[in-house]
Amino acid sequence: MPNYAYIVLVPLLPLAAFVVLGLFGRRYFRGASGSVGTLAVLVSTGLSVWTAYRYFFVDGIIGDRNADGGYRQVIALKAAWLSFSPGLSIDMSVILDPISVMMIVVVSLVSLMVHIFSLGYMKGESRYGTYFAFLGLFTFSMLGLVLSGNIFEMYIFWELVGCSSFLLIGFYFDRPTAVAAAKKAFIVTRFADLGFLIGILILSFHAETLDFRTLINRLIEPTSQLAGITTASFLGISLLSWGLFLVFVGGAGKSALFPLHVWLPDAMEGPTPVSALIHAATMVVAGVYLVARLYPVYAYSDPAVLRVVLYVGVLSAFLAAIIACTQTDIKRVLAYSTMSQIGYMMLALGTFHPAGEATTLGFTASMFHLFTHAFFKALLFLCAGVIIHRMHSNEMKDMGGLRKLLPLTHGCFLIACLAIAGIPPFSGFFSKEDILLAAWHADKLVYGIALLTSGVTAFYMFRLYFSIFWARPMREAGGHHGEAPLTMKLPLVVLALGAVLAGFIPFSRLVTYDGMPQAAHGVGVFAVAPVTLAVIGILTASYLYRKEGGRPAKFAAALGGLYRLAYHKFYIDEVYSFITKKIIFNLIGKPAAWIDRNIVDGLMNVVAAATAGISAGIKGLQSGKVQDYALYFFAGIAGLTILFIYLYT
Amino acid sequence: MSQVPLSHILMLSAALFFIGMYGLFTRRNMITMLMSVELILNSVNINFVAFNKYLYPDRLEGVFFTLFVIAIAAAEAAVAIAIIINLYRNFQSIDVEDADEMKF
Repeated sequence: MPNYAYIVLVPLLPLAAFVVLGLFGRRYFRGASGSVGTLAVLVSTGLSVWTAYRYFFVDGIIGDRNADGGYRQVIALKAAWLSFSPGLSIDMSVILDPISVMMIVVVSLVSLMVHIFSLGYMKGESRYGTYFAFLGLFTFSMLGLVLSGNIFEMYIFWELVGCSSFLLIGFYFDRPTAVAAAKKAFIVTRFADLGFLIGILILSFHAETLDFRTLINRLIEPTSQLAGITTASFLGISLLSWGLFLVFVGGAGKSALFPLHVWLPDAMEGPTPVSALIHAATMVVAGVYLVARLYPVYAYSDPAVLRVVLYVGVLSAFLAAIIACTQTDIKRVLAYSTMSQIGYMMLALGTFHPAGEATTLGFTASMFHLFTHAFFKALLFLCAGVIIHRMHSNEMKDMGGLRKLLPLTHGCFLIACLAIAGIPPFSGFFSKEDILLAAWHADKLVYGIALLTSGVTAFYMFRLYFSIFWARPMREAGGHHGEAPLTMKLPLVVLALGAVLAGFIPFSRLVTYDGMPQAAHGVGVFAVAPVTLAVIGILTASYLYRKEGGRPAKFAAALGGLYRLAYHKFYIDEVYSFITKKIIFNLIGKPAAWIDRNIVDGLMNVVAAATAGISAGIKGLQSGKVQDYALYFFAGIAGLTILFIYLYT
Repeated sequence: MSQVPLSHILMLSAALFFIGMYGLFTRRNMITMLMSVELILNSVNINFVAFNKYLYPDRLEGVFFTLFVIAIAAAEAAVAIAIIINLYRNFQSIDVEDADEMKF
């Protein structure tokens, strides 16, 4: 049994950076805060990569890799933290299996890139140290989340990432919009987390454990616990389905799936590197990771819930892609594209078919897409960061013709766009292929929508690309400073390499649902349709946006109402504010306020008034006259005397 | 020689007690009130001596108690007069009606 106990350092180093910078950053480190945080994450990343290497290629395998050897789950560390009864305890444990090892690499690597990028991007901020402290807190929580071996432990980290996300969205707390966005993100995800919590309680109450491994084993094999949870039902649906569904709701909130996605576009108020780290590459995929973690239960005990996952995923992917076509703020376009790609990952998880071919292909495809998406989406956001840093604007209309001005950014952005559009041989192509293949086997309608979405994705990404870098006469690089400092360029290059090369990693052999390698399937005829659609999308975008002109406006006018609908994000925000303001405030909030003011407060007021009245009535007795007191005293004695005489004779 | 009956003595003591009580409640002058208290104590003393004499002629506890009460009454008079002097210094009066600040 190899010893993986050192892995606990991977999350603890960023935590140490958080504590040190949070306590002393502003006073003692100041300008050096960034280096301290970056160093901690650098060591963390090194350890993660080393762990991944050891786990995948040296000693994570059972048996012969070339025959049927699978990867095992390793509990690297386990410490009881809070035990309720011998069988039920919240342990702080570290679990290593293909998905968690893959995730720590992604999280620590992207976090490292973002740390390095922030060294340049945030230079000169007054709260420089605080910023890196928050980044450290987030990195710690996210790494803890992916390594959790206990469902409640995961919930704790889940809330911690939510908290650090809140802190970072509201980093510019002097901007009212940022404050509102932070509040919105917190409330929406918190609301979804309530579902997650109830789901945990249902599942763990019936499985009588909080440990992931035991929980999964008890719920997929015919045990008494499984019988108990499937026969008990609520509103005609078994408790198992409710539990799994509620856990999925928690995941959907964190992963910004329809209809809980409203917080994600607003979250772009945070600093851009934060958007790259939290709202593109890592935290928002936590929901996908959660479903993947409980995947055996979903797949073998309740495929019906997976249908919900499938449809929610495809709906989110499609709606977000449509909305992204009409937005003009570059970060918002990227936010909707994130939502769309996460929709893809979710739909891939939902494609499980108990009896069909390629039963768990979707699982691998989803994890693969998560992996590649982290690279190209973080790259897109960091490129956007460079552009915003240089242009001091988020709006597409302020840009155009930036090819010469920002040559390196231009190249990286193009690579990322090609990757997300699914053009071979960039990474997005491979993972998207897998997802589409899984969808094809599961449901033809879903496949159709997903295919269409991939075309739309190519269109809106290249609309963004052409609007930023073409569209106007080229600008000369006559600026007062160069493109960007080295600290900002280096992460772009590293991530661009990742976006190009990540697709060649043989995921079907490394990350699979049961640890066994899957037969690799070639890229064949199947790839023709999505690539053709992507190329059509790119050509359309090129026709409309490559040169400045009236074409887009005419096109939008031709679409009329549809365009307006998408431009206003399908009025989902308005629906939310209608429900909260008109329905919840009026029907629940106001009566509750009335009850509070009149009944709860009223009761208290009555008690207080009665006390005051009685005291006003009897305070006259305390006259301050000695003889009165003597009289009362004597009257008391006389009364007692009479009492004793008549009662005790 | 015929003795005075016990009841007569008890009636005397009761009368003395209630006279003292009346004085305590009605007089406003602190000195008079102190005198009333002395009357009450003396009525008790009479009771002690009488009961001792009539009920347990061969024992002396009642007489001893009377001696104690007289001693304590002397001490109490000293304390009370000290209080009265302090009251006078603060209020320039020894009328209890004037010292009524300790009220609601």
